[in-house]
Amino acid sequence: VDYSPFLGIEKGAVLQEARVFNDPQLDPRRCSQVITKLLYLLNQGETFTKVEATEVFFAVTKLFQSRDMGLRRMVYVIIKELSPSADEVIIVTSSLMKDMTSKTDMYRANAIRVLCRITDGTLLTQIERYLKQAIVDKNPVVASAALVSGIHLLQTNPEIVKRWSNEVQEAVQSRAALVQFHALALLHQIRQNDRLAVNKLVSSLTRGSVRSPLAQCLLIRYTSQVIRESTNDTQTGDRPFYDFLEGCLRHKAEMVIFEAARAITELNGVTSRELTPAITVLQLFLSSSKPVLRFAAVRTLNKVAMSHPTAVTNCNIDMESLISDQNRSIATLAITTLLKTGNESSVDRLMKQITNFMSDIADEFKIVVVDAIRSLCLKFPLKHRSLMNFLSNILREEGGFEYKKAIVDSIVILIRDIPEAKESGLLHLCEFIEDCEFTYLSTQILHFLGIEGPKTSDPSKYIRYIYNRVHLENATVRAGAVSTLAKFGAMVDGLKPRIFVLLRRCLFDNDDEVRDRATLYLNTLGGDGAVVETDDGVKEFLFGSLDVPLVNLENSLKNYNPSEKAFDINSVPKDVKTQPLAEKKATSKKPTGLGAPPPGPPSTVDAYEKLLSSIPEFASFGKLFKSSAPVELTEAETEYAVNVVKHIFDGHVVFQYNCSNTIPEQLLENVTVIVDASEAEEFAEVVSKPLRQLPYDSPGQTFVAFEKPEGVSAVGKFSNMLRFIVKEVDPSTGEAEDDGVEDEYQLEDLELVAADYMLKVGVSNFRNAWESMGVDFEHVDEYGLGPRDSLAEAVNAVINLLGMQPCEGTEVVPPNSRSHTCLLSGVYIGNVKVLVRLQFGLDGPKDVAMKLAVRSEDETVSDAIHEIVASG
Amino acid sequence: ESCPSIKNILLLDSEGNRVAVKYYSDEWPNNSVKEAFEKSLFTKTQKTNARTEGKQFVFLFVHSHLSFSSCPDKKYHSLTFHNVFIPFLFTAEIAMFESHIIVYKFVQDLHFFVTGAENENELILVTVLQGFFDAVGLLLRGTVDKKEALENLDLILLCLDEIVDGGIILETDANVIAGKVASHSIDAAAPLSEQTISQALATAREHLARSLLK
Repeated sequence: VDYSPFLGIEKGAVLQEARVFNDPQLDPRRCSQVITKLLYLLNQGETFTKVEATEVFFAVTKLFQSRDMGLRRMVYVIIKELSPSADEVIIVTSSLMKDMTSKTDMYRANAIRVLCRITDGTLLTQIERYLKQAIVDKNPVVASAALVSGIHLLQTNPEIVKRWSNEVQEAVQSRAALVQFHALALLHQIRQNDRLAVNKLVSSLTRGSVRSPLAQCLLIRYTSQVIRESTNDTQTGDRPFYDFLEGCLRHKAEMVIFEAARAITELNGVTSRELTPAITVLQLFLSSSKPVLRFAAVRTLNKVAMSHPTAVTNCNIDMESLISDQNRSIATLAITTLLKTGNESSVDRLMKQITNFMSDIADEFKIVVVDAIRSLCLKFPLKHRSLMNFLSNILREEGGFEYKKAIVDSIVILIRDIPEAKESGLLHLCEFIEDCEFTYLSTQILHFLGIEGPKTSDPSKYIRYIYNRVHLENATVRAGAVSTLAKFGAMVDGLKPRIFVLLRRCLFDNDDEVRDRATLYLNTLGGDGAVVETDDGVKEFLFGSLDVPLVNLENSLKNYNPSEKAFDINSVPKDVKTQPLAEKKATSKKPTGLGAPPPGPPSTVDAYEKLLSSIPEFASFGKLFKSSAPVELTEAETEYAVNVVKHIFDGHVVFQYNCSNTIPEQLLENVTVIVDASEAEEFAEVVSKPLRQLPYDSPGQTFVAFEKPEGVSAVGKFSNMLRFIVKEVDPSTGEAEDDGVEDEYQLEDLELVAADYMLKVGVSNFRNAWESMGVDFEHVDEYGLGPRDSLAEAVNAVINLLGMQPCEGTEVVPPNSRSHTCLLSGVYIGNVKVLVRLQFGLDGPKDVAMKLAVRSEDETVSDAIHEIVASG
Repeated sequence: ESCPSIKNILLLDSEGNRVAVKYYSDEWPNNSVKEAFEKSLFTKTQKTNARTEGKQFVFLFVHSHLSFSSCPDKKYHSLTFHNVFIPFLFTAEIAMFESHIIVYKFVQDLHFFVTGAENENELILVTVLQGFFDAVGLLLRGTVDKKEALENLDLILLCLDEIVDGGIILETDANVIAGKVASHSIDAAAPLSEQTISQALATAREHLARSLLK
């Protein structure tokens, strides 16, 4: 049994023991032991309550009375571990300040570290003088303590630490290695926002001699930064400071050599001439006896191989011997590097080596290898047979979900991108699902088979594999298999009779979902025996993508009352509702009576649709595409308040004027809005529907409808005049006089803009949607947006102009960005899906430039979006 | 651009339990997350061979510092060479783990780990590991195992405190680290002894170096 001096240690007992700190006659040895026990407890993850920690802390402060150095050292450590609160810090401040001015170096160094760690900054001005002295202290431990504390304090009190730069600069010249390192780190952090100063620092130090390897590594990093920010002298092809980096390759410390080699490989647009000396030293490291050196070298070369594969080929022999390296991280990096640098002829040999290696590495490494194989296959499509075989072999071996998923994903990508690999790839996948323990992968593969299988030369050979799933798997996989079978049936007429037989067998499945799917497919595909070509509408209905947000569908289904009238998917609103959180809370707080279910506030779209369909004149307009938010046409607190909602139909626009009368002594009758559309040429008024009466405080609506060219996003400006007959009302009786006077009231103008023809409809995965939309109707162009307040303001303006739904949070511009990409999605009038990718960049101090890429299902729509931006 | 930084230093036993650990990064917000990290790191590195790879152990013997100072005759130097041993030439191993670079060394039932960021210079990390490892060897006078480490836990904790401060490398030279730790156990009234120790350690180091160069 393990012996431990801490066996059976218990927090309560140790806290009791800590009372010895209060003894008038301190026993330093005993006290040190108790502190060690306390530290042991903390180190094991034990926590002290606030009270306990405070008690221990106060007791510990008593120990400053002892002059025992060993005990004092432990006191320093435990004070840092207890991280005292501000009011507790005050208790030890004077003791620590005394130690800071002590003659003993160890006291000075440690007191500085402790005090700077626990102080909240208010104290800092008091001790600043000592800290500045300490930075140039002749004892390196004291100087380092002050410098390192300075690095920490710079985060919280930059303005104070920045005042120390003279002392820090002096410390950079220190002959003590670590002092130089700490001083350089602090000096750079103080000056990091001053490019010129950093430049000067690097220039002077690269010429001088830096003694410490760690400081030299820092200098290499700072130099790389200067190189990155300076413009290359393209005339001579010389890169400033390259000579310095190259010189560091001959340093005696390995850490410096490696830092320099790595820095060279990471230079922007590095040339092969610049790379060569760095690759040479890294190659030497590859055959080092030290695993860490081999790892560092192969990892760096692996990165270089991504951009400069030929530069690394010289190392291939060393690299191949690393495949059998005992350190599997090194072996994996070597393999993936070789896969990147290898040529077509070496593929087969490599694959043989890798096959032996795969069985004894962990899944995470296998995934890396699989990814590399996939890229290799895409690079050498002719080698697809051996690479696909490799993938299918490892697919059959043991492995966890992530690994199997990586293989399946790779096979799927190869099938998509290499037509010749399709049939063999699909069969490999079929074999895999015969014995696949992961439901997710089975269903994904079944789905994929349903898309790709029917397009192959002999779709029938996949049916057996798919149907086997219906027998052997869980309900989720069975349901997936039923859908896949149905897809084959829908796409391949020759297979229909056999598919129907199989689907009919599924009608007796013991799972609801499986039975329901089978029933649905049989009924829609014509399982009554008639073998007819499946209609495109049916295909679209069964297998097409859902173009309504799932939340909306769910809501509509919940609101649907089972009745004679079938549920209509077209009635599901496509608008993405962005209901503010506050509003949600407010509605849920409303008290609801017993038995009365809280009436879900009908979505405004529903309400508008109901309202408009109740007006016979509008019945022929077809389906409502979009309703705008209300636009105010009057100032607040005027006699009559009017706002307007724009309802967009394919060939019509309806303006719904919501009016209210705020004068108790008036009754308005025969209220209409006279619209002057002379600045909206494409619009012709067809209907005006007056409001019969508008009593005080009882709002009503009047409508005006226009005809417009169908499917076109016509825009224009409309001026509005409210016209009515006003009658005096006796406030005491509430009765109106018989005679009224005709009157008019000028309203604000109303504009119909392009965004009115765009529905905000989000997509869950923009990238997928973008890829699947394809480049057929892509339209890309660039625009200058002129000077703007900020990038964020420009982004917002364009989003509002287009009226589209920002995706994946890309409407938020991080502060201080100089460029931004924004993704938008929407449905344009005519139900055309539109995706937009906006790339913004600052061009000069304020000018914003924008690249607009539009993809849609219709070329004219892509162009229309550009037209909106160009004219907006 | 950034200063190299250390995320944690771990000293675990043969079952992956803590002997002493120090975290400098808030990536591990609480104790259970830390423990989970230690457990999975331990399990992962067990499969590798940080232990078996350094087959050639060379032990150097240096006598305990106190007797050294009390017996400063010349003959003693060769004696020193044989009495306190410092294990070295263990080859440090390295692994990528959860987007960190980890260098490690095992001896007896002790497992030394140093963790750094994914893009850190591996050789800087290994220098810190070597400093910690060798300093512990010096402080435990060659008997580097869990029992000895726990019995001298104060020295191990002070050693951690001298190597890294809030993630920044404070010192990597094992002799300096051990010297700073050891000096504190000596009475302040005898400043000479502190110097003697560093002398002793410096001598030991010279011997180390000489034997390596032969």
